[in-house]
Amino acid sequence: MAERERSHTRPLGGVFVAHSQVLTAPDVQRALTRMAHEIVERNGGVDDVVLIGLQTGGIPLANRMADALGHIENVDITVGSLDVAFYRDDIGLRPVLPEAVTNIPGDLAGKVVVLVDDVLFTGRTIRAALNALNDFGRARTVQLAVMIDRGHRELPIRPDYVGKNIPTNREEMVDVGDDGVWIGMLEDK
Amino acid sequence: MTRPHHLLSVADLGTDGIAEVLRVAEAFAEVERRAMPKVPTLRGKVVATLFFEESTRTRLSFETAAKRLSADVLSLAVASSSVKKGESLRDTIETVEAMGIDALIIRHASSGAPHQVARWTTRARVINAGDGWHEHPTQALLDCFTVRQVLAERKGAAPEELGIDCFEGLRVLIVGDIRHSRVARSEVLAYAALGAEVTLAAPGSLLPPSLEGWPVKVAPDFDAALADADVVSLLRLQAERGSGSFVPSLREYTAGWGLTARRVDLLQSGAIVTHPGPMVRGVEIASDVADLPLSVATQQVTNGVAVRMAILFLLLGGEWPGEDSNV
Repeated sequence: MAERERSHTRPLGGVFVAHSQVLTAPDVQRALTRMAHEIVERNGGVDDVVLIGLQTGGIPLANRMADALGHIENVDITVGSLDVAFYRDDIGLRPVLPEAVTNIPGDLAGKVVVLVDDVLFTGRTIRAALNALNDFGRARTVQLAVMIDRGHRELPIRPDYVGKNIPTNREEMVDVGDDGVWIGMLEDK
Repeated sequence: MTRPHHLLSVADLGTDGIAEVLRVAEAFAEVERRAMPKVPTLRGKVVATLFFEESTRTRLSFETAAKRLSADVLSLAVASSSVKKGESLRDTIETVEAMGIDALIIRHASSGAPHQVARWTTRARVINAGDGWHEHPTQALLDCFTVRQVLAERKGAAPEELGIDCFEGLRVLIVGDIRHSRVARSEVLAYAALGAEVTLAAPGSLLPPSLEGWPVKVAPDFDAALADADVVSLLRLQAERGSGSFVPSLREYTAGWGLTARRVDLLQSGAIVTHPGPMVRGVEIASDVADLPLSVATQQVTNGVAVRMAILFLLLGGEWPGEDSNV
């Protein structure tokens, strides 16, 4: 999410040019499996666990995380998706448009919600997501799982489960895809 | 795609703009289905409704939409305002805008009034909520949104997955008082922009004086046109604009152009009947027909809120893809 947002900032229409790979596709899968085990350990199982992927980068990761959790505990995990465009604090400052329709499965009251996103950057997307979640009931606890924590937080937010911490500079971009995780720059077309 | 500053006509949006409104409205329709259907998106913005002509659903719909976006809503009750003391439209608008209002939603009996207002305002966005015989853009947008929703439901797909391809070649029949109908003008523009084939059916006296440049056909035979239609858009006789004198009698109008139980049998199974409301049962639509499942008037009202949320969001909050603005 954070990366998508940046790809829309002016100057618009830039192209992501990858410079170096930080995780291969199998690395990502191993990190997901490890994080799944951590979720099970921390919560003493997966009772009441609901995974919510953040549009758009968090969705495929949330689905894969659900598969991994299902494999460990032999149960079906509920997965939802959340688009935080309507909750952002920078509406009017930068392009903000909903990417996809939110789909939250039922009332979240009493649930253990694990937010899943690809990259944690400023923390503003997560702040918006926390506000949004409030409208769906009072979760017992909300935890955060991200594949990449790249630093540069602007709010007091920290992840509970991290695939990999990567030091970056602000101008760089991190792309999480099917072919692993790459660092690169947004360059003019 | 550049963001229109105002929404005065469906033409301000273009095909891409209409597609974007439908897409964003789908996200707001999800908000509406929530137990707590309110988002903080337009906190701090002020939206004013100025209705110089009466309205039930459009005004309530816009006000509900603005409130669900957390905007503050002011509504000018024209009957008890200084307009009655003789204040001009221009002075009224300047007064309202001087209060720091972000969007003006205007309905006026004179065609073109919102365009005139848009020329006077400096920062407020102007949304046309119906001007005379001219246009009613949000109504046409919510009609398209509702039609897509019904088509998607039948396919078992999410409406946003259909994009606008589902309108390509869709046969839309607009029936009734086209001459005096702003809804018809906006619908023709919207459906045609989306690739639908639009046909008009009305007694000659209720067709516009000229159809030059309209992307429409006129049905020679109403019953035959009904049998061909995928969507039938019924319009009300605009009695307040003198439609009564254009038809010999209401009974004769109903016999010739009303959607009676007999005519419903002519429709294909799966035809969708829309009506912008207010409905005059027994005139343009038989009362028991209005309550059949093929009539989606209630769904249109529900969708009106989501579509108007999308319009307010796109004009006041969001930005269009590829837009180069200096916000």
